[in-house]
Amino acid sequence: MKTFSIGGVHPNDNKISADAAIHDFDIPKVAYISMAQHLGAPAEPIVAVGDKVKVGQQIAKPSGFISAPVHSSVSGTVKAIDTIKDLAGNPCKAVIIDVEGDEWLETIDRSEKIESEIKLEPKEIVAKIAECGVVGLGGATFPTNVKLSPPPGKKAEFLIINGAECEPYLTSDYRLLIEKSEEVIIGAAIMMKALGVTKGFIGIEENKPEAIKKLSAIAPKYAGIEVVTLKKKYPQGGEKQLIKAVTGREVPSKGLPIDTGSVVQNVGTAFAVYEAVQKNKPLFEGIMTVTGDCSSAQKNFRHRVGTPMSEIMAACGGVPEDAAKVISGGPMMGKAMANLDAPTLKGTSSILYLTAEQTKRKEESNCIRCGKCVSACPMGLEPYLLNKLGRAGRMDDLEAHFVYDCIECGCCSYSCPAYIPLLDTIRLSKQRVMGIIRARAAKK
Amino acid sequence: MSTVVIFTVVSLTVLGLLLAVVLFIVAQKFKVQEDPRIDVVAAIMPGANCGGCGHAGCRAFAEAAVKAENLDSLFCPVGGNETMKKVAGALGFEVKEKAPMVAVVRCNGSCTNRAKTNVYDGVSSCAVKASLYTGDTGCKWGCLGEGDCTRACAFGAITMNPETGLPVVDEEKCTSCGACVKACPKGVIELRNKGPKSRRVYVSCVNKDKGAVTRKACKVGCIGCTKCEKVCPFGAITVENNLSYIDFNKCKMCKKCVEVCPTGAIVALNFPPKPAAPAAAPAAAKPAAPAPAPAATPAEKPAAAPAATPAAEEKK
Repeated sequence: MKTFSIGGVHPNDNKISADAAIHDFDIPKVAYISMAQHLGAPAEPIVAVGDKVKVGQQIAKPSGFISAPVHSSVSGTVKAIDTIKDLAGNPCKAVIIDVEGDEWLETIDRSEKIESEIKLEPKEIVAKIAECGVVGLGGATFPTNVKLSPPPGKKAEFLIINGAECEPYLTSDYRLLIEKSEEVIIGAAIMMKALGVTKGFIGIEENKPEAIKKLSAIAPKYAGIEVVTLKKKYPQGGEKQLIKAVTGREVPSKGLPIDTGSVVQNVGTAFAVYEAVQKNKPLFEGIMTVTGDCSSAQKNFRHRVGTPMSEIMAACGGVPEDAAKVISGGPMMGKAMANLDAPTLKGTSSILYLTAEQTKRKEESNCIRCGKCVSACPMGLEPYLLNKLGRAGRMDDLEAHFVYDCIECGCCSYSCPAYIPLLDTIRLSKQRVMGIIRARAAKK
Repeated sequence: MSTVVIFTVVSLTVLGLLLAVVLFIVAQKFKVQEDPRIDVVAAIMPGANCGGCGHAGCRAFAEAAVKAENLDSLFCPVGGNETMKKVAGALGFEVKEKAPMVAVVRCNGSCTNRAKTNVYDGVSSCAVKASLYTGDTGCKWGCLGEGDCTRACAFGAITMNPETGLPVVDEEKCTSCGACVKACPKGVIELRNKGPKSRRVYVSCVNKDKGAVTRKACKVGCIGCTKCEKVCPFGAITVENNLSYIDFNKCKMCKKCVEVCPTGAIVALNFPPKPAAPAAAPAAAKPAAPAPAPAATPAEKPAAAPAATPAAEEKK
């Protein structure tokens, strides 16, 4: 069985919501559709207060090369265009819509019929994906059309669909793989056509046997697509780790996946691409998990983008009493929510409740030089050293020790027996060093 | 036996002399000519090596001072005017006196004024906290309360007040080196003129949100109402991005802005207590000037105020 070669940890996977089928979450009464749902420049609203919008109607246009349009997830009247707080408390612009009924654009094909024939040409596919506002749903929300247009001089050799879902607790990708197996594979085939590659891999970790079985049965129908079973190891879902695991190639430091000839897309993205290209449906829905050991409900939802998180929590029986932290994302890389009223975004993957015991920070003691962090780091860095250099503010040395290669997976902090908050200091150092590098580049 | 001893002694002596000659020649050839004044100036410096002057340490400052044509661009915030006078004397320069500065924390968001909206249990560092999110209160501009400034201070002049969760500057110890200003990720701390008798008027807020948003997050935040800007007779106050700022070079400390500020974001520091001032002023003024005072003219007020200060301080 394949896996990446260096580092990684084995947290308990806790996929307790794995058997909960995806069901549609109620349409909210008021939708708060954020303009910053993707990496890059926030979108510019193109609707005005009082305008009537339909489901799937574009309400904001991209404002740059790395940007994406935003579509309405509900039908109704635009109530306001205002600043709201995102889950970290940062202000962001949003279009607020009062919901009236559920009237979809006629152009969207709402039938369940699977369309397997790809009619569009590669260029049309990329344009369609851009138009439908599809972004990477693995967490980074990088605009998919940009990823499918390799820079001149670089050639893609294969497409990798990321079904690793290595974060504990999360099950949205797993449910999607089981319930929409064929659609995901067609999505992969569409992207392969857009890229002009003949080989596509779907990497799935061994702890999802049902998904592997289902996809392996369908994959032979589509030329060049192969299901790769991966050993269970965190952070296998990291782009660079997945490429290493599937192809054996390593993304060079400061490089991009395309340098190894690979383009990696998430399972959710593949499904969104299928819907955009085959069903003409823009990305305005997402699949998310509500889970946690203390949670009264274990659910997988299809939510309309812009639904307040607090409404979803309330529908699942409210925030459990013994929950100390509410996290958006997985326990390893997810973010604790500072604002529970924040709306869902295209990339929202979960609401996870953790208890006080689970989130307790143990008292930090001195580094005992055991080297566990070094052997856990999937990027081959030396976290203990980066931590020391970061605390001393030695930016030149941090850069010389490749701090910018850190993927912030948290394996170092997870493995440290002295409970040193390695990732916290390294993340800060990384931000500072990246700032210095950018300033230097801007000078030139 | 004795020949061996003699041979050893003689050979080592010759070797030693030879090497001494070599070392002497090398020392002469590669002699570094250093301005002897650098040592003199370095000896005058406080030796804190804090970097507040912008140089790598006291010796680097001394080197720069010796090379410089005048001392206009050089100032040791730790030693202050006294040290600069000595340096100027040693180098034969003239030096302009600079008004003493002090670090000012421009945030009054204590636990009572600014309610917590969530619990932060991460690393106790403002820089780390700022890298993660907007903080554990509704205000994303103000003090994060993890004490990076206290750790940056080499003089122990800034400490956290456990009650308010805000840093407090000890004016006696503060040398205005600016280390805390650099350490604060939110830019809450500013170096301001110390002012006569440490009296200062400043806006104790850095919140650039709209008034309504600020009000919701904090009781004593600046809402950018521009009342202070309008009332200021000296044009010292500007309101930009919903935030008022008092230029300490123009401020004459009339405290009119303090009176009109609806939220109490403008702070007047080290002035005699307010209720005591009107009562004490006439009392102090009357015996000195028995002539009937028709009205407390503006000219009299400043004269009366200092007279009231010692009394107010004694009361404390």
